Amino acid sequence: MGSPHRYIPNTRADVEAMLEAVGASCIDDLFADIPPEFKLDRPLAMPAALTEAELMPELSRLSSKCANADECASYLGAGIYDHYIPNAVDHLISRSEFYTAYTPYQAEVSQGTLQAIFEYQTMISELAGMEVSNASMYDAGTGTAEAAIMSCASTRRNKVLVSRAVNPRYRQVLQTYAAPRGIDVVEIDFCKRRGITPVSRVPADLAADAACLIVQSPNYFGIVEEMEQLGAAIHAAGGLFVAVVNPISLGILAPPGSYGADIAVGEGQSMGIPMSFGGPLLGFFATTGKLMRKMPGRLVGQTVDSSGRRGFVLTLQAREQHIRRESATSNICSNEALCALASTIYMSLMGPAGLRKVAETCLYRAHYLRDRIESVAGFTIPLSGPFFNEFVVRPSVCADDMNEELLAAGIIGGKPIGCEYPELSGCTLWAVTERRTREQLDTLIRELEVLA
Amino acid sequence: MKGPQSLIFELSSPGRTAASLPAPEVPTPNLSSLLPAHVLRNDPPGLPEVSEMDVVRHFVNLSQLNHSVDNGFYPLGSCTMKYNPKVNEDAARMPGFAQIHPDQDEATVQGAMELLYSMDRYLSELCGMSRFTFQPAAGAHGEITGLFVIRAYHESRGEHRTQVLVPDSAHGTNPASAAGAGMEIVVVKSDERGNVDVGDLRSKVGPSTAALMLTNPNTLGLFEENVREIAALVHGCGALLYYDGANANAIMGKSRPGDMGFDVVHLNVHKTLSTPHGGGGPGAGPVGVKSFLEPFLPAPLVKLDDATGMYVWDYDRPKSIGRVHSFNGNFGVVVKAWAYIRSMGPDGLKAASEHAVLAANYVMRKLQPYYDLPYDRDCKHECVLAGTRQKREHGVRTLDIAKRLLDFGFHAPTIYFPLIVDEAMMIEPTETESRETLDRFIDAMIKIAREAEEHPEVLHDAPHHTPVGRLDETAAARKPILRYTRES
Repeated sequence: MGSPHRYIPNTRADVEAMLEAVGASCIDDLFADIPPEFKLDRPLAMPAALTEAELMPELSRLSSKCANADECASYLGAGIYDHYIPNAVDHLISRSEFYTAYTPYQAEVSQGTLQAIFEYQTMISELAGMEVSNASMYDAGTGTAEAAIMSCASTRRNKVLVSRAVNPRYRQVLQTYAAPRGIDVVEIDFCKRRGITPVSRVPADLAADAACLIVQSPNYFGIVEEMEQLGAAIHAAGGLFVAVVNPISLGILAPPGSYGADIAVGEGQSMGIPMSFGGPLLGFFATTGKLMRKMPGRLVGQTVDSSGRRGFVLTLQAREQHIRRESATSNICSNEALCALASTIYMSLMGPAGLRKVAETCLYRAHYLRDRIESVAGFTIPLSGPFFNEFVVRPSVCADDMNEELLAAGIIGGKPIGCEYPELSGCTLWAVTERRTREQLDTLIRELEVLA
Repeated sequence: MKGPQSLIFELSSPGRTAASLPAPEVPTPNLSSLLPAHVLRNDPPGLPEVSEMDVVRHFVNLSQLNHSVDNGFYPLGSCTMKYNPKVNEDAARMPGFAQIHPDQDEATVQGAMELLYSMDRYLSELCGMSRFTFQPAAGAHGEITGLFVIRAYHESRGEHRTQVLVPDSAHGTNPASAAGAGMEIVVVKSDERGNVDVGDLRSKVGPSTAALMLTNPNTLGLFEENVREIAALVHGCGALLYYDGANANAIMGKSRPGDMGFDVVHLNVHKTLSTPHGGGGPGAGPVGVKSFLEPFLPAPLVKLDDATGMYVWDYDRPKSIGRVHSFNGNFGVVVKAWAYIRSMGPDGLKAASEHAVLAANYVMRKLQPYYDLPYDRDCKHECVLAGTRQKREHGVRTLDIAKRLLDFGFHAPTIYFPLIVDEAMMIEPTETESRETLDRFIDAMIKIAREAEEHPEVLHDAPHHTPVGRLDETAAARKPILRYTRES
């Protein structure tokens, strides 16, 4: 059975004793039920095992081939942001008792995970101004798709309206999930001048049979939408209003609950989770008390133990796949619990004042950069709507050439978005977080001045 | 043993903070000069106001209320709670993996792309498949992705097949995923040996069948002995065979789903490939397919450009089902699984499965005299016992047995699943537990069987030595309290 391995404790003597106990003469006796033609009669063609001392240099070789945001000043956003992560976050989620635990099915020995999720649900509800939150989804994209599916199920309608200013990747995930279920996805165009989704593009006849209207604010271009008007329009037609929001922005922006959203979803990566090439992420999902039982995903509820002490359990499980099978509200099982824990720790460390300060710093620095870029010859700002920490820039030079030049100066420039929006061909999307210092912003401006 | 802890909101004191943030260093006009007043927040969110040490103590104290792989045996069936190597955690935190953005130019992320590319090759070899996508973030996410692929394949052939066959022993995610893919579910019975009932399958498979979803070994921990006949039946009517990889820890290097005839596979890397479960994720559920299904996989895929030797994103996939994840899936989790595969090598992976199967049979045979064994066959990586005797003769339910095990410092097995076994207890020891640990668990189970006879009340009231006593789930569901409110 191979040579001893650091992750496999049983010795040859153990194996022999165990084989004897089960009445087998060799290990292959226990695989006799596999038909011979399906037995692999050769070793797997893979590199031989590495010792730990050999593994680390191999990992370093790959890691060092990537330009990371600790070395470069990155202006990429579009759903994933380079925010500051307090050191305590990683120390706490590195507690083995958290990260090596399973889903908390045995509540009496899982109170740590359960209470942390209860606190997460409370913080997300507070942040979004909604009544209830679930324990998390995979990411904002699948959260958006699940919101659309939940809207269809609760309104018994089969059409969803989505603004074209919603992150194109979220819309792609929505489309993947909607098509096989026969859900019709209708896109609402945005205003090419202001970059917002005008309420006039949601006329009563279009909304009449829509299950929901999905709008992101700040939208993909960083622009703050007129959420109250848009929500009123879909509500007048009997549909639900789904808000896709950036949690950091909620330090200063009105929360979805305040403008009547029925479902609030978003990407929680900004709150204490590294970018990690786009995952793992944290889809948060909150809704109203009225729609609570239609929610997808896990929920933790408060209860009491046999001596009346407060405790927490997974609850309302009759919505879920392991009980309801094909009639479940979603097929989701494993979610992103450890990422939810990271965000709970982040929100605890920040508190309301800290979160507001992060949001303000992002806002102020983004506005400073936008104003400075606008003053550089050869760069224009095509969309005029009010924005949070991201904005679109049209350079007169080719975007790819610009970014290549910037990279040589240790700067990762804005994302070209012409493929996603042909009408914004040649344009780039820039994000500014509190990690980008004044010095870095000024360096960037100097580089752009040379380019232009 | 620590007991219940305060909620972090109850520790809050106005004005206290743990935040440490830079000054803006740029002009700071009134917010209302930058944004319309009506889009601004009026009331701050009710987050706790606490110091850094408050936060650290709170979460460390909470962590100590958890059972976890790192503090005790976790024989949870179908979950493969094996050891989570520490070096893998360090790997995922390397700056070239953790601090990179998915929209960076390909030239600046070649190491990450090489890792994904080589992982595709390793998993394809492990499973006998042709190509993997890493977008699915969990097993169930992999299932629905695989079913979208199957649906797209049939539609590309002008066929509208609407049914997915699922054995009565299947995981709940199987029918839920099939429903999510817009399919109708047809349940196939199991036979007296715990295999798919081939006669029942024959009567249900037909021109409307899109796929059969099968876990092999199945959720009884038994290898589907008739898999060749099953594959022939399913393929014979033009349907495809889907492999739920939840139990792949039984067969690494021993047998491959692709060779058995499966067309689509998902792996749960947080089970089979040692990545930690995180208290309920993040996992990863990469999906592999045979070559004829490659065009339908989610775009983009990583491709090696032979001319330049560069790894590139291949978006030019017109038949693709589209995206199932906002970005590249749970890349940070895939890094850990990659480190595991490189640490194990081909011999180590095979040895892991052999040791896992031996451990499950050892536990099963040692406990057979004390508990009912509904299917008396050699098992694979997990075994299913039943508490039917204890229930019938002593009025002790399997739930009581599970709760009593917690008092001995062990996590409980998966209980009441699979659904076709009354009072089921599904035990999966994994290869990373020593014989001594298995013996201690076996002793505890035997002691509990004796308690059921002599002192059933001890079981009814269990657990006795956990941070809280048995929790009232009915009360929680009747009047749901899903968040803290200051008034309460």
